[in-house]
Amino acid sequence: MSSSKEKPKDQQPKSAFSRRSWLQGAGVSGSVLTTGLLAEDAQAQTVANVMSGEVEITLDINGKKRSVKVEPRVTLLDALRNRLDMTGAKRVCDRGTCGACTVIVGGKVMYGCSVLAVDVVGKPIQTIEGLAPEGQLHPISKAFVNHDAQQCGYCTPGFIMATKGFLDRNPNPTVEQIDKGLSGNLCRCGTYMGMKAAVLEAAKEIKNG
Amino acid sequence: MAEYKWPPMEKRRVMGKRIARLDGPMKSSGRAKYPSDMNRADLLFGALLTSPHAHAKVKSIDLAAAKAIKGVTAIRIISGPGTEIQWAGTEVCAVSAITEEIARDAVKAIKVDYEVLPHLVKEDNLAKVGARAKAAGEQVTGDPDKAFADAEAKTSGDYGIPVITHCCLEPHGSVVAWGADKIDFWPSTQAVSTVGGDLAKMLELPATQVKVDCQYMGGGFGAKFPADRWGAEAARLSKESGGRPVKMFLDRATELTIAGVRPSHFAKIKVAGKKDGTITGWQSESWATGGIGGGGMAPLPYVFTNIPNRRMNHTQVSLNTGPARAWRAPNHPQASFLTCSAITDFADTIGMDPLEVFLKNVAVSARPETYKKQLAKAAELMDWKKKYTHGSKKTGTLRRGLGIGIATWGGAGHASKCKLTINADGTVEVEIGSQDIGTATRTCITQVAAETLGLPMSAIKVKLGNNSYPPSGPSGGSTTIGGVSSSTRKAAVNALEKLFEKVAPTMGVAADQLEADDSRVVAKGNPSKAMSWKQACQKIGPTPISEMGENEPRVAAREGLNTQGASGIQMAEVEVDIETGVVRIVEVVAVQDCGLVVNPKTAESQVAGALIMSVCSALMEERITDQTTGRVLNADMEFYKLAGLPDVGKLTVHMDITPEHDARGIIGLGEPCAIGGVAAIANAAANALGVRVPMVPLTPERVLAALANRRNA
Repeated sequence: MSSSKEKPKDQQPKSAFSRRSWLQGAGVSGSVLTTGLLAEDAQAQTVANVMSGEVEITLDINGKKRSVKVEPRVTLLDALRNRLDMTGAKRVCDRGTCGACTVIVGGKVMYGCSVLAVDVVGKPIQTIEGLAPEGQLHPISKAFVNHDAQQCGYCTPGFIMATKGFLDRNPNPTVEQIDKGLSGNLCRCGTYMGMKAAVLEAAKEIKNG
Repeated sequence: MAEYKWPPMEKRRVMGKRIARLDGPMKSSGRAKYPSDMNRADLLFGALLTSPHAHAKVKSIDLAAAKAIKGVTAIRIISGPGTEIQWAGTEVCAVSAITEEIARDAVKAIKVDYEVLPHLVKEDNLAKVGARAKAAGEQVTGDPDKAFADAEAKTSGDYGIPVITHCCLEPHGSVVAWGADKIDFWPSTQAVSTVGGDLAKMLELPATQVKVDCQYMGGGFGAKFPADRWGAEAARLSKESGGRPVKMFLDRATELTIAGVRPSHFAKIKVAGKKDGTITGWQSESWATGGIGGGGMAPLPYVFTNIPNRRMNHTQVSLNTGPARAWRAPNHPQASFLTCSAITDFADTIGMDPLEVFLKNVAVSARPETYKKQLAKAAELMDWKKKYTHGSKKTGTLRRGLGIGIATWGGAGHASKCKLTINADGTVEVEIGSQDIGTATRTCITQVAAETLGLPMSAIKVKLGNNSYPPSGPSGGSTTIGGVSSSTRKAAVNALEKLFEKVAPTMGVAADQLEADDSRVVAKGNPSKAMSWKQACQKIGPTPISEMGENEPRVAAREGLNTQGASGIQMAEVEVDIETGVVRIVEVVAVQDCGLVVNPKTAESQVAGALIMSVCSALMEERITDQTTGRVLNADMEFYKLAGLPDVGKLTVHMDITPEHDARGIIGLGEPCAIGGVAAIANAAANALGVRVPMVPLTPERVLAALANRRNA
């Protein structure tokens, strides 16, 4: 199946080196690669940075500055999970297919496994941990609970972040749009039935504020 | 003797209600900590070096370059020189390092010299497997030769369902720390109470030393019972690294290659019968593989077990591929697919509606009346009678068809012990060495305790996922819900009896004349004589009431809290584009009984999930091996396909909740609902096309080939 996280423009990354752009450049990509957003950023970034060894970078995560030491090859996902103990985003396919690692960077939905940590310095990063304060639930999370849109739950944070990004752009979705908009994420237990209802309910809740 | 039986259906306040899963908020906020999320202080990362060869002998291993990498803390040889590797992906070495990247670098730096040996990794053509085939012997009942000679109608068909993998989203693995006097083990497991002992055995340590904790786990489906070689190696790496905790989870390719598969099943099946649809004879020649050990033998004919004249031959094929593990209803989805396909083809040949043929022949099943009712209900939900037309009558490019799959399963509760404590402040704690694998076990245990104690669910604290709690069986074979519900019920009843003894003198009512209801202790038949739960608990004194409950499978059926024998019918409607060969799901309907249903909301999700898994297996999933290299070609999630949201169509789930099913007590659900879907979808495609696509998944290539074969015939 094809994944369809936003694919607005048909542009090739030119300068910045990301794991996904490499995959695409190497001709390994299939329709699942969602290069559009990264491509936009790549266009904007004209000077390629050269780094090697461990470097200390500062990431802007959920409105807080977090210092972290990473090698340039470390993905945003691995920086979050292995170095910052932010384990909401999960590592499942590790190749930009399943969406379990979905985060929002600069307002754009991204797979955390397919972007390097050093490439998102200076951009606001939103993870599931920042969606609602401790002890509270975001309306999307609440709707997932209400409609039992989760079983083992390992795909759930990724789906919730994908839903957040999707509803930000499509506040009044139809079921068909939901199917398409969230098709960049996969669940193994099979929770899609509850998920469709949950996304519709969340859209309504968010609108009603 | 305490009375444990379930309260009458109409009196239940918590059980049987549509309760949202209690750990839902933890999961949907990303705060739930899965074993793979455990970041302990001084954490090290483990990585495996695996064999690229399907069959080889390890000649030598050179660790020098790997050892020289800064940050590597330990390297272990798992398959040393002389070891014969029997499948690609076999663990050869393990490394721990201060970062995951360094651990991977070290793995790459290890040099292994192999003597490559001949391998076999494909079994779809039995004629080509040679000496790797092992016949299981012939089974004959009645007189199949005469039945076929006398038959008014006969059909013969070839059918196949390939090896598929579990593809658990959280890969197999653990975090483990080898301490001075204990080993802390956080595995992603379906077996909290047994996996510690398993690890201890591998490490030759007393079982008491392994402390297991697994509060959440990201999917198992039958593949996550043992501690596994990688668990033991992570422990040894920890030991060799001075006890620092090691996190080692399989990467995706390794997960899909060695962490478990469902055996394939192929068969040539002949059916004999009358023109009124009665089946009189069955002959099958089947073969299957589950890896090097062979394995996989579907019970044929499935459900229609008492077809009077039968001859079955089965052959096991040993391949150089990763071994099989239990996969949600071991052997049953394959058996249902093979049997229901053959019966549907028989119906098509004699020009009968397969629904009528299924109805006619459930007489030879173990539960004819249940199946008749379920077939009727599913047909009603699918609007079968209005929609069904014979495959020969379809026209146009987009053709719709209907199909049926059937299921049977045991599902009796496993051995389970539960401890329930009532404190003087009125708080209640349940401790049970079970696990919640996504099946809402935590929620259901809470419902049972709340129901029994007459309390709201919020008053009950359930603790599971740790092997310091009373032992409860692994979550396999749909045995958990019966086991944990029964042990929890008994522990709660036992604790309540103690509480009644404490308050009886104050209330002036005999203890056996008291009951718990609506957060009160009440005299039976005299609701005005009551004490609040809190007041009653104040009588407990400083030592809490703490009672055990046990489900013993040997006597459980007699007690009636849980029994076995679940039946289900699944029906599918698909639309096939005969120009592109693409099969699209229109709707899948499931009618499923599982006795007393503790939580219909989460039960329905589980059934809907099983339907989606069936869609995956019928349309997409296939482990593809390459005979030239001996490797799995699609050990990733891009080419090992799973269904996404747009792929599943409409899902209709009907839980068969009736007084007569309820009276049977609790029966497991996870397996039975995952059985019939593949058959239903394959049969629907056959109906739409007017020709059988012999092998699932129903890829466009196979669909078009089946159409071309018909044209050429």
